[in-house]
Amino acid sequence: MDVMFSQEDLAFRDEVRAFFSAEFDPALAKERQGGQGANYKSAIVKWQKKLHAKGWIAPGWPTEYGGTGWSVTQKFIFETERGAAGIPDVVPFGLKMVAPVIYTFGNEEQKAKFLPRILSSEDWWCQGYSEPGAGSDLAALNTTADYAGENYIVNGRKIWTTLAQYADWIFCLVRTSKEVRKQQGISFLLIDMKSPGITVKPIVTIDGKHSLNEVLFEDVEVPVENLIGEQDKGWTYAKALLAHERTGMADVADSKRSFAALKARASDEVNGGVAMIEDPVFQMRLSDIEMELMALEYTELRVYASMAAGGMPGPESSLLKIKGTEIVQAIQELQLQLAAYYGSALPAASEHDVLGHEYAAEARSSYMYGRAATIYGGSNEVQRNVIAKMVLGV
Amino acid sequence: MNFEYSEEQTMIKDSVERFVREEYGFDVRRQIIASDDGYSREYWAKFAELGWLSIPFAEQYGGYGGSVDDVAAIMEALGKGNVVEPFVPTVLMFGGLLAHSGNEALMSAYIPRIIAGKCLGAFAYLERQSRFEMTDIATTARSEKDKLIINGEKTVVLNATNADSLVVAVRTGGEQFDRRGISLIVVDTDTPGVEVTGYAMMDGQRAANIKFVDVAVAKDCLLGALDEGMDVVDKMVPEALLALCAQAQGIMETLNETTVNYTKTRNQFGVPISSFQVLQHRMVDNFMAAEQARSMLYRGLCAFGSGSVETEYERSRSLHALKAVVAKSSKLIGEEAIQIHGGMGMTDELDVGHFVKRLMTINTMFGDGDYHQKAFNRLSYQSAS
Repeated sequence: MDVMFSQEDLAFRDEVRAFFSAEFDPALAKERQGGQGANYKSAIVKWQKKLHAKGWIAPGWPTEYGGTGWSVTQKFIFETERGAAGIPDVVPFGLKMVAPVIYTFGNEEQKAKFLPRILSSEDWWCQGYSEPGAGSDLAALNTTADYAGENYIVNGRKIWTTLAQYADWIFCLVRTSKEVRKQQGISFLLIDMKSPGITVKPIVTIDGKHSLNEVLFEDVEVPVENLIGEQDKGWTYAKALLAHERTGMADVADSKRSFAALKARASDEVNGGVAMIEDPVFQMRLSDIEMELMALEYTELRVYASMAAGGMPGPESSLLKIKGTEIVQAIQELQLQLAAYYGSALPAASEHDVLGHEYAAEARSSYMYGRAATIYGGSNEVQRNVIAKMVLGV
Repeated sequence: MNFEYSEEQTMIKDSVERFVREEYGFDVRRQIIASDDGYSREYWAKFAELGWLSIPFAEQYGGYGGSVDDVAAIMEALGKGNVVEPFVPTVLMFGGLLAHSGNEALMSAYIPRIIAGKCLGAFAYLERQSRFEMTDIATTARSEKDKLIINGEKTVVLNATNADSLVVAVRTGGEQFDRRGISLIVVDTDTPGVEVTGYAMMDGQRAANIKFVDVAVAKDCLLGALDEGMDVVDKMVPEALLALCAQAQGIMETLNETTVNYTKTRNQFGVPISSFQVLQHRMVDNFMAAEQARSMLYRGLCAFGSGSVETEYERSRSLHALKAVVAKSSKLIGEEAIQIHGGMGMTDELDVGHFVKRLMTINTMFGDGDYHQKAFNRLSYQSAS
């Protein structure tokens, strides 16, 4: 039983640390926290291009397409150092979601056309899965793609499409056959967002910001060469992608960092002259979270250790998403509790700010937007269904 | 990085599991806890023969020289069978104090006999007022020539009715609650003036009140330095806690498995109740609680074994957090196991309630969940200013 890293791995960690501290501009983290300001996209792309230039943009990819060739442990170290340094993860839709589908199930032309532009952040992707009538029951989707010679004609509505307002491309699950069981008859299409007939409508969320969208398709022509794999087999490809996504969703390093920030604020905030961090009730709330996080850190290490040993992640991996997001939300909840009255003000809407408590507005908006963490990526209720079936066998 | 038990540890674990499966069925356990001794002498001799009692002790005394991981491997398996034999009080508490005392004469006198299964032991520390505060000791020992004279009362001394010898925590200096001034003395239970009054605990263990009336023991029975007994206690307690949490892990996972299996066979409304989503999600929460506890156990084993480089501060935090997490997880899992078994869960004839009672007893050992969480808070949260 040990958590030691080898000398090589420790040297690698130092290299990653040195690169991050030299190259990462903290202004980007602020840009991402602050919502979609004028520089939002350019700041992200600028950082991703730096990672690309270093050759570190796609650790998960096979080396032949531009992956790093790192060991499981090195990937783990990279992720941990990123979170610990407060560096936001790359925008996942291109690099972590569609690219694995393209390099696994796509043809040579598709790989050559799309992968290099994803690597270099030339193209911004978004994900067209959910629909008004297809959320947790994703296979109920009914955006249609009718085969018409050289094109598919796409009609329908996609919803909750994150950052679609910046996207050059969208990958969609569409229905190509209604004759069969609902999981069959679904195809995986890549669609140019500049295609005539596509409309992106903003959805303002409860944090007052705009990151979600509705994407409407009206007789959109999509060339048949944009079909991934075989027609009607898209569900299989999407499921394979979900398995790819499952690990690395615990965000332990990120949560450790935000917990440290929470402690620092609890030390600054006073009530009756006593720092909140000295308050016994608040201390219990802090340690309820911190102890779960200490456990989750080792749960994540257990998953990585079994993968590093060449095994498959065990049943413990299935709880990473549920526990990880619960902890993220619990930290946000205490941030907002610390912000008290000051967190209810909406300074961004006027030129006046509350006195002190600079973090309060951010505490409010991240709490509000953070509610999404247990909804997206398969709601935590769906995750529990999966564990019940796959692990408990009920 | 590695979170698997080694080949040797797996062998030990398998051999204990085989014993539990083949020889320690629920009916056997019921007979054992109903017997006068409350444990099986025959099995204790078998444990000695199989080498289980030697695991944590140094090789020079005939021990296996095992690590905290080795002990955890055994304890998990003992948990699965809810084995009631006094491994914790004898080997880990009484034996653990001896092993950490540095007192060669006493170690040579007692440890080989513990390993051979010839000496049962107990640690008498708790008094009627002390609850979880181990330094709250009123029992005294005064010095008279080459003797120490002990007077006072101890309660809930685990395994005392069967113990051949005790380690008694006494006050030799300082005031009530003072850490300094506590001494440990080895006392054989047949010493005149030692009066043991026994009872059973809810988990089947035996315990006792002990009255000490002018009990005279030789000064060379002092374990560790005079007035500095807590230094020895502080070395024993983390190891005992890790072992108890490993045992709780074995129990929690057994309860979860039993509960899931029960829902698959219990039919209501014409279907197995395992098909109800409300139960599925609760059983998933129980599964996650057990996995999180296992992660904390591994964290503790790494910190106190040779598996990580931790500061003393981080080690203490890990230990307090482990005990607190195990308390929470085991309360959830135990209560849910009873609830989901319905009326059957209420019956004495089902093993579920007996596992739950062992978890509840473990929760009280060396401080309950809240006690350890508060200790964690004291270490972790202080105003920066």
